[in-house]
Amino acid sequence: MAEAHNIVRVAGVARTFTMGTQVVQALRGVDLTIKAGEYLSIMGPSGSGKSTLFNMIGGLDKPSSGKVFIDEVDIAQLDAYELAWLRNRKIGYIFQTFNLIQVMTALENVTLPMTFAGASQDEATEKGLELLGLVGLRERHAHRPQELSGGQQQRVAIARSLANTPAIILADEPTGNLDLTTGEEIITLLKRLSSERGVTVISATHDYKMLNVSDRVVWIRDGRIDKIEERSELDITVGGIGAREA
Amino acid sequence: MSQAEGASSNQTGKSARIARQVVLPFGKSLEISIKSIKVRFFRSMITVASLVLAVAFLSFILTGANVAAGLLRSGEPQLRLALVEAGYDLPSLPPPGVAPQDEAGKLSASPKERWIVILSLLVCTVGIVNAQLMAVTERFREIGTMKCLGALDRFILRLFLLEAGMQGLVGAFIGAILGVVVGLLVGLVRFGLAAAANLSPLDVLATLGISVAVGAGLSLLGVVYPAAVAARMRPIEAMRAQE
Ligand SMILES: Nc1ncnc2c1ncn2[C@@H]1O[C@H](COP(=O)(O)OP(=O)(O)OP(=O)(O)O)[C@@H](O)[C@H]1O
Ligand SMILES: [Mg+2]
Repeated sequence: MAEAHNIVRVAGVARTFTMGTQVVQALRGVDLTIKAGEYLSIMGPSGSGKSTLFNMIGGLDKPSSGKVFIDEVDIAQLDAYELAWLRNRKIGYIFQTFNLIQVMTALENVTLPMTFAGASQDEATEKGLELLGLVGLRERHAHRPQELSGGQQQRVAIARSLANTPAIILADEPTGNLDLTTGEEIITLLKRLSSERGVTVISATHDYKMLNVSDRVVWIRDGRIDKIEERSELDITVGGIGAREA
Repeated sequence: MSQAEGASSNQTGKSARIARQVVLPFGKSLEISIKSIKVRFFRSMITVASLVLAVAFLSFILTGANVAAGLLRSGEPQLRLALVEAGYDLPSLPPPGVAPQDEAGKLSASPKERWIVILSLLVCTVGIVNAQLMAVTERFREIGTMKCLGALDRFILRLFLLEAGMQGLVGAFIGAILGVVVGLLVGLVRFGLAAAANLSPLDVLATLGISVAVGAGLSLLGVVYPAAVAARMRPIEAMRAQE
């Protein structure tokens, strides 16, 4: 297999939040390179800066210093249109709180990014149904989010994140609001997408079940990278503390 | 060659990225705003309620003037006297050399009534701004999500303007009809059947037109600031705001 290119590169990214006189350093200089097709988990205690890093990589927030490159393009250099394009085509977002648009049906939620991308109604509907089928919810396409369970909503969100075949899926605690079994289903689904479609999956999580499917795990503590573990090392550590299932 | 490399090669040129922009066709915007109004029907009703009342008041006052103008134009002395008795500022006898048309044209609402109408429209606009700001706050998450999916600021702006425009048109229309009906009824009570018989349909149409235009205009005016706030919000600010 050819050497995969660096799809995401984070260089010296720091982010401070100033609230009145109080300064919170959410990130204190993070360097990270992520290869295309990788399944990467970002682990760390609450408040360690996972979501902040997620927002930086996703172009949802700007670093106080340092740079984020997507496909070696510095996203700070992008104008509003290009940034919208990036969010629309290049990255699929999945959130802990699902964030489906409540007034729209499952299908409309999935097709919205395609509409933004200029797809025709028919194209969008066809692909939308196909994606809902992929996550096992084709029959529920006419249902609104409040008529779906948490796990089902998250599956719709995953289908939506795939709408414009993004190169990257960014997930911030995708299993955070789900029970064990449902969480596992979501993880399996993400892993399948990563291996079958070659999508780069970057996921911030508390969930130790994520470790089993990750190619690499980045441990964050107090806004810094604590350690980065490869798949091979992981088996040992995780096995060692007996957290590994099956 | 890996699939990833294929994907990257069409990304290398910056021009290639700009070539394909994000869009939201007008028809689709309309569809989304209609859906939003339908789903949040109760909320929309509240936003529109004050507008209906203010516009009804405006069209009620205008209709009153229309009725008076119709009576005066008829040229019948006892109708003229009835108007004077009702408090209209008129000489009891037609002044020589002034056509009834011209006299009727000047016979609009009194300055006091005018001030009350303007004031009520002002209050209603402030009410709309308030209701729309609340609507925007309720929808922070939805706005943030749309932005994460690639929506531009102006998509959001357009959605809010369309919603307010439609609410404004419907609300102003209901208000205008309501005002005309009540105005006419009051005219009938005060002046009898002559009020309706001498009323010019053109005047009534003009009253309806003015009232609807003013109502829809105020509805749009009231949403400009809230919509601008919504549109300019960065996605994470919008997402962080918990409802
Ligand atoms: N918008 C903000 N304003 C002020 N402080 C912020 C903001 N966003 C994050 N922080 C602070 O930055 C730090 C890191 O927050 P972050 O949300 O990245 O943590 P996290 O690792 O995602 O935690 P969790 O696992 O609980 O989601 C926290 O101390 C938080 O209070
Ligand atoms: Mg978080």
